[in-house]
Amino acid sequence: MGLNRRVWPWWAVLLGLLSLPIVAGYLWLVLSSLSNQMHGLLPTGGWKLQNWRFLWESVGGRPSIWGALSNTLIFAFGVAALEVLISAMTAYAISRLRFPGRGIYLGMILVLHSFPAVSLLIAIFYILRLLGLFDTLIGVILVKAALDIPLGIWVLKGFFDGLSWDMEMAALTDGASRWVIFWRIALPLVRPGLLALGTFALLSAWGEFILPYTLIISNKTWTLSLYLQSLIGAVDLTDYGLLAAVGLFYLLPVVVLFLLGQRYLLDIYGGGSKG
Amino acid sequence: MRRWSVAALFLLPGSLLIVLFFLLPVVLTLVLSATNLSTTTFSHPSWVGWGNYQELLQARFTPLILKNTLKYVILTLFFNVGMGLLLALITAFLPVRLGDAFRALWLLPRITASVVYVLIWQGLAAVAPYGLLSDLTGNSQNWIQQSPWAVVVLANGVIGASFGMLLFTSAIRAIPSDLLHAAAVDGATTWQSIYRVVLPLLRWPILFVSAYQTLSLLTSFEYILLLTNGGPGFYSTEVWSLSAYHQAFSNYFGNAQFGLGSAMAAVLVVIGVVVSLIYLRVFNFKELLGEPKVEVN
Repeated sequence: MGLNRRVWPWWAVLLGLLSLPIVAGYLWLVLSSLSNQMHGLLPTGGWKLQNWRFLWESVGGRPSIWGALSNTLIFAFGVAALEVLISAMTAYAISRLRFPGRGIYLGMILVLHSFPAVSLLIAIFYILRLLGLFDTLIGVILVKAALDIPLGIWVLKGFFDGLSWDMEMAALTDGASRWVIFWRIALPLVRPGLLALGTFALLSAWGEFILPYTLIISNKTWTLSLYLQSLIGAVDLTDYGLLAAVGLFYLLPVVVLFLLGQRYLLDIYGGGSKG
Repeated sequence: MRRWSVAALFLLPGSLLIVLFFLLPVVLTLVLSATNLSTTTFSHPSWVGWGNYQELLQARFTPLILKNTLKYVILTLFFNVGMGLLLALITAFLPVRLGDAFRALWLLPRITASVVYVLIWQGLAAVAPYGLLSDLTGNSQNWIQQSPWAVVVLANGVIGASFGMLLFTSAIRAIPSDLLHAAAVDGATTWQSIYRVVLPLLRWPILFVSAYQTLSLLTSFEYILLLTNGGPGFYSTEVWSLSAYHQAFSNYFGNAQFGLGSAMAAVLVVIGVVVSLIYLRVFNFKELLGEPKVEVN
């Protein structure tokens, strides 16, 4: 912005002060996970590797964290794969094909995109029971992917609309089918969009709490968020180190993914779906 | 008919999921809201018509929940939009990389799993000598229990501010620099440029963010559930959407009231549909639609 640039250090200081609580919070998490006890942000009583004991032993009769980790991985990648593929197919049809009711369809997608899906949770709980998918990973994967698909369609439609039509036109006149064109020509060209949506879906599914919390019961199917939540209720104040360690273990992959995918992501969060 | 079979193939999986997990649930929410379905009547629910809604109108806790909901939405909305605007404006002044770093920092709470994010709040808000807040103020208390409203609004606000921040940032970047140069040449101070040039141009983004966030705050309850679960005490931070959830899934009396919960959710569903339709009108749908690239075959 072409405003007066000489004053920026003061703005940086102000912003730094505003941001201090966030920095303090994450600092607390890291320090807590490593130390015996925390007084404010000061570790006391030395380092404590035992906080990380959940990595090699069961905590209070819970299943191993590695089971929860693999459930979370299956959940997050399952959601991302479904969401990207299905959004891309639908978005391609809306962007490229003529079909009756196209306007209404796109209008519906737009309404659903801003529609608050959590208010449907009670009914979704019911439908999963009817389908026999309650308390299964595949059930929660389907629900999570479905709820995020309107956003995905919306984002990818923008990418398809921006593609030049020439290559597809040439392929069509050469007799290629729509299906082949979609896979061989259109999808590779919107790779940035697929990456952005995929990263967004991974992050969003990785941290998901309310859906598994409501739709999963047995601790064999726990994701990391359920594992950690079950600990939070059960551990006393003096063992915050354990909670912080589990929290950090859960958080780290996300931070890495976020830093890698950041430049793709910003557009999607701008149209994002969380409060 | 055959010429549309290709489109049907492409649309099938998405449509299936949308029907199963959006359209059907909307209908089912409305249907369930007219029954007395609960744990005790699970195998033999009966129709109660508007009974659940009448019960809600007369219930002792309804005014309190409405008041809480209003308080939560308004306070958080002000924080979200105000902070989002402040962050976008300040980061626009900074050198690009520094601005990006600050924006990434404010995005971090949004991508942090909600359970971990709330754990951090619990750690900072714990009693002395553990909690940082108690430490700094010399006032040892569990801050979440003592000032639940401040924590609920701030915790949600820090998450929500990033949404406005990103939208306002791209809106600010889209302002032609000529305008600001012209203002500077005319001797406008920084404050005047912001107030007279930037803010008026941000009118639409501000309206959009406010509208969008009102709806999502009205229905979101995840962080309240984790922070206070509607407490401490009786319903002190219980909002409408959380109450619907509680009725259906963790009723105080152990008898899950799916019918009553659905009636509460149905109110939100109706608001959600109506407001979304209004958005569609206001934020210009026709322009977004455009013509498809025509099929040759």
